[in-house]
Amino acid sequence: MDFTLSKEHEMVRTLFKEFAQNEVKPLAQEVDETENFPRETVEKMAKLGFMGIPIPKEYGGQGCDILTYAMCVEELSKVCGTTGVIVSAHTSLCCDPILTFGTEEQKQKYLVPLAKGEKLGAFGLTEPGAGTDAQGQQTKAVLDGDEYVLNGSKIFITNGKEADVYVIFAITGVTTDAKGRSKKTISAFIVEKGTPGFTFGVKEKKMGIRGSSTYELIFQDCRIPKANLLGKDGEGFKIAMHTLDGGRIGIAAQALGLAEGALENTISYTKERKQFGKAIAAFQNTQFQIADMATKCQAAQYLVYAAARKKDEYQKDHKTVYSVEAAMAKLYAAEVAMEVTTKAVQLHGGYGYTREYDVERMMRDAKITEIYEGTSEVQRMVISAALLK
Amino acid sequence: MKIIVCIKQVPDTKGGVKFNPDGTLNRAAMLTIMNPDDKAGLEAALRLKDQYGAEVTVITMGLPKAEEVLREALAMGADKGILVTDRVLGGADTWATSSTLAGAIRNLDYDLIITGRQAIDGDTAQVGPQISEHLNIPVISYAQKIEIDGDSVIVERQYDDRYHVVKAKMPCLITALAELNAPRYMTPGGIFDAFKADITVWGRANLVDVDDSNLGLKGSPTQIAKASDKVRKGTGEKVNLDADASVEYIVGKLKEKHVI
Repeated sequence: MDFTLSKEHEMVRTLFKEFAQNEVKPLAQEVDETENFPRETVEKMAKLGFMGIPIPKEYGGQGCDILTYAMCVEELSKVCGTTGVIVSAHTSLCCDPILTFGTEEQKQKYLVPLAKGEKLGAFGLTEPGAGTDAQGQQTKAVLDGDEYVLNGSKIFITNGKEADVYVIFAITGVTTDAKGRSKKTISAFIVEKGTPGFTFGVKEKKMGIRGSSTYELIFQDCRIPKANLLGKDGEGFKIAMHTLDGGRIGIAAQALGLAEGALENTISYTKERKQFGKAIAAFQNTQFQIADMATKCQAAQYLVYAAARKKDEYQKDHKTVYSVEAAMAKLYAAEVAMEVTTKAVQLHGGYGYTREYDVERMMRDAKITEIYEGTSEVQRMVISAALLK
Repeated sequence: MKIIVCIKQVPDTKGGVKFNPDGTLNRAAMLTIMNPDDKAGLEAALRLKDQYGAEVTVITMGLPKAEEVLREALAMGADKGILVTDRVLGGADTWATSSTLAGAIRNLDYDLIITGRQAIDGDTAQVGPQISEHLNIPVISYAQKIEIDGDSVIVERQYDDRYHVVKAKMPCLITALAELNAPRYMTPGGIFDAFKADITVWGRANLVDVDDSNLGLKGSPTQIAKASDKVRKGTGEKVNLDADASVEYIVGKLKEKHVI
């Protein structure tokens, strides 16, 4: 078993690290404070191909593997959780389902500009009554001639108002199963910003990842071409679950980055901060805390990279199943992120509680990783279901 | 247009400098980077490529490990990479290095050669101008701006308090300053492509019109008695604020460092 990275991956990490340090870190505090979407950073990332890392070159992407993509989200999140999730939601939740389930026409029309970063993507599954219970969807799409008419709303949508292309889920019918129970048929659609009847509701005021644009999407008699049905009618649930499996690797990488960033900040702070005449790094409590934090970060990294490698196998054979690995990576990395950032604040003492220090923001950013793209409880359901079936 | 850029893999001095017991640099124990002035030279070549169209070849002399900086250059957008490596070339000073590079470059067609002003490990600024002497072409050093005008280059040559605008017919050699530009980032896809690309590897036998007496440690008039690290002041931080904001900023920094 080889845990070492290839020279290519080492070099690409250097690239992400340099970009994060030079272009992202200087803005992180301001992005959090003002809750402004970092549009200029996204444009810079687009020029460098960061918005289409695992997308094949023929569709405008970089043609790299999932591991490279995960490393990008990890390095960005070390300095700014907001920037990490913008790339993750765009890539995993919008580009990936179009790549996997889209027709050639859909890929040319939507995936190419998305992968080049000319357009930004988002994903709309969650509704007020349909979070963990994705079957609780209320949004409906009714076929009327050559168009589907969409009615309903989606909430907590990352990249909400800033995106140009949305993958949206809606009920297209009701079927009855063998036991006579009725079940909603869900389908996925590609919806463009600016389509009449598609508007935005409230902007969420969040605890963390405050620069990411989180909005309610409202559809009122929104007519979308039949050609924008993604996959087949009724495949929506399958597409959503597939997409979230991949998305979890992105969020796991974000959580990992937040934990590692907090650890790095804590190491340098505890070497500088003096109490009782010596650096607090000289105290055994600090040393033991840092040892635990680093060990957990390393374990999380192995899980995240292993899940990414597994999805890379899927990209090649379209058979390999990586749901459990993705769920384990997300569950563990998110809990490590919360624990490590909390310890980081503690080791920073009173200063760590102020917004002058990055660890305060990192702790707020970390919390969401235990909630979105499947809560930690959902990850435990996915893992145990595979074991107990 | 054909451009050759000479680059060097140097120790990353941010990671600390390590020495062998005999006082020479322990390169194997140090992290390495592309020499910053050379990277600016490469960026200048890539901008000329973007603007006028050009084929950019990067060349380096060094240990086999120096292949890494060639891959980095390819990932930034260079077209070809050449590694000149041979045991007999080891221990070279600036004279032996420039003789080697000139011997390699004699195999190639070129309109322009760009080198960095100097490498951060030796700080001599001699290799670029020496290559031009060996090849008998003009040199413009300390370039802060480069333009092409027909078959000539127009270069702003930097001085402490002014610059000269110098024009030279190509082929010629230019030495670039790190201040010339901000080098572009690599791209993720470019990195993976760069590792698939073939790197040309040349040894002593590939060098043209070079006498053995000018190569390697034996061909080096300079002998290094001892190398030492200098105490760096760091690059510091520049901010443009008015007087009140400056005071607030400085006090904030002092508080952050727990000085006050």
